Amino acid sequence: MPRMTMIEAIRSAMDVSMGRDGSVVVFGEDVGYFGGVFRATAGLQQKYGRNRCFDTPISELGIVGTAIGMAAYGLRPCVEVQFADYVYPAYDQIVSEAARLRYRSAGQFTCPIVIRMPTGGGIFGGQTHSQSPEALFTHVSGLKVVVPSNPRDAKGLLIAAIEDPDPVIFLEPKRLYNGPFDGHHEKPVTPWSKHPLGEVEDGQFSVPLGRAAIRREGADVTVLAYSTMVHVAEAAAADTGIDAEIIDLRTLLPLDLETIVASVEKTGRCVVVHEATLTSGFGAELAALVQEHCFFHLEAPVARVET
Amino acid sequence: MAEGPRLSLHVPEPEVRPGGTPDFSKVPIPRAGSVARPPVDVDPRDIRDLAYSIIRVLDREGNAVGPWAGSLTDDELLEGLRHMMTLRAFDARMQIAQRQGKTSFYMQHMGEEAVSCAFRRALEPGDMNFPTYRQAGLLIAGGYPMVEMMNQIFSNAADPLKGRQLPIMYSSKEHGFFSISGNLGTQFVQAVGWAMASAISNDTKIAAGWIGDGSTAESDFHAALVFASTYRAPVILNIVNNQWAISTFQGIARGGSGTFAARGLGFGIPALRVDGNDYLAVHAVAKWAAERARKNLGSTLIEYVTYRVGAHSTSDDPSAYRPKEESEAWPLGDPVIRLKNHLIGKGVWSEERHRQAEAEVMDGVIAAQKEAESHGTLHSGGKPSVRDMFEGVYAEMPPHLRRQRQQAGV
Repeated sequence: MPRMTMIEAIRSAMDVSMGRDGSVVVFGEDVGYFGGVFRATAGLQQKYGRNRCFDTPISELGIVGTAIGMAAYGLRPCVEVQFADYVYPAYDQIVSEAARLRYRSAGQFTCPIVIRMPTGGGIFGGQTHSQSPEALFTHVSGLKVVVPSNPRDAKGLLIAAIEDPDPVIFLEPKRLYNGPFDGHHEKPVTPWSKHPLGEVEDGQFSVPLGRAAIRREGADVTVLAYSTMVHVAEAAAADTGIDAEIIDLRTLLPLDLETIVASVEKTGRCVVVHEATLTSGFGAELAALVQEHCFFHLEAPVARVET
Repeated sequence: MAEGPRLSLHVPEPEVRPGGTPDFSKVPIPRAGSVARPPVDVDPRDIRDLAYSIIRVLDREGNAVGPWAGSLTDDELLEGLRHMMTLRAFDARMQIAQRQGKTSFYMQHMGEEAVSCAFRRALEPGDMNFPTYRQAGLLIAGGYPMVEMMNQIFSNAADPLKGRQLPIMYSSKEHGFFSISGNLGTQFVQAVGWAMASAISNDTKIAAGWIGDGSTAESDFHAALVFASTYRAPVILNIVNNQWAISTFQGIARGGSGTFAARGLGFGIPALRVDGNDYLAVHAVAKWAAERARKNLGSTLIEYVTYRVGAHSTSDDPSAYRPKEESEAWPLGDPVIRLKNHLIGKGVWSEERHRQAEAEVMDGVIAAQKEAESHGTLHSGGKPSVRDMFEGVYAEMPPHLRRQRQQAGV
């Protein structure tokens, strides 16, 4: 089985999708000739031509706004916002337009677009290159929100997102692009080539949206994590010897509540971990759902950890 | 402290406010027929003056004059007159229906009928408009059933949009009418994207974006012009300058640029200004822009100079911010009367036939209203299903919405 970094897996997902479906187009800032500042689209313009993979002016509003128009026409745009921190000029287009088009037109117009954006901290990017804005999107009906934590999922989920009939926010933890960073700054990061989830099939496959994955089975506490925090939680369990059940949510909206409830009913404890700001973060939604659905199984209050 | 005068802020004000005498003497109105008609492949730099003039075809006597005349036959013009009369009658009835409580809201077109009605004639089947809330003429002139529009306005059991949209925010993919957004300006850049998609797909269809004078201040407008310019998108970018953005006069959004059309010049997009109350001029300019787009020459920016005679919406009272008589002083006249006089002058129409047509048109609107009311109005009769509130958010209903619908007991 070939081994891929997360960037290679993401590129492969777009490559496979563009090869299979002529309506898939890829564009964004520096995305065309150069192949993206993180190299996610390297080679796609050369392979599929400038009509299907191209550079755009620096306007996130323009990127998402034109993508919505293209989707209404019948294309399937997969666009890149260079950093999640830059998405705010496009927020009106995402929230008021992309998310609601199917609903407000009673299905006459739909919006099958994917908006990819690198998210999270850990690369010394300061406060404008490190944000985790997922909760700004999980609050919006009509969107799907996906956050992979490894190359295999990244490829399978991105293919599923591109094939999805509705708009998908695809958040890519940039700290994981080249290896599963686990919070240990003092140690070099293991490359994906040495990680089992760095094994990724070359061709077409998909990982369904809305399904979590149990990364570590355990009996004492359920840890709900996504993105970089999956690896941080795994390292914490190994370091402390706590028998934690670690769930990688993978898709935040729609959420795999069934897997979460089954685990918390088994362990009786739940810790939510994410990088984003604690107050009104996605952890608040998770904590509320766990107490609504698992109250009589809980032996302790749900704890939230933000990093 | 630095030497020199103290700074002061410039806040533009309209010439006249309520109580004053309307005065449009400072609005330069070129003679009909005086603006040249360039070839569609003209270098935009060679027609910069068109962004500061006004293309007009109908003169004061009702004659069609100059190089932009002759784009429609008499029969087509008679049909166009009927479209505008229908839109006016439709507006009148729906305005009353709102006062009667049959709908929560309505927006009329009085004075602006020519813009959307004539523009529609320049498009082909399959082209797509991205309209604002004051282009219902695109639907009327495109043959969309009035009863469907009314079903939407009344939010009744037959509302094609299931009560989800503010009244008049229609949508009809089949009739080339994109779903209207309440957030202003957003559709302008989407129109560019749709046109880019048509070009990417080597199709022949073109798009038309619509925006009001006030909303040109939104970032979406500028993004649309950048993308349209960069990719030479086959899109017609329409600015309807009806002088008023609710209570705010057009000078607040226009700033120091002279005209809205001139905004296109910096993007290298041909920019035309046209008499929006002149059915013939609107059609001729739209046809020019459509031909440009279809020949893969790129986009055109058009400013329709018109006047919003009525209130912004049924929730607005313009007497609070502009003189009541201002619309009568508007120098470009009434689009319906101007086309009527033109056709009478040509001997193909008469006052008597016009009166008869008015009655026929009103009968058609009343019949449609009767049918729509049989499906219910805002507070009586059939309503969209509450269950529908949870449907259609996604292609497939996710578990959390299913749970919420169960909790709502529907």
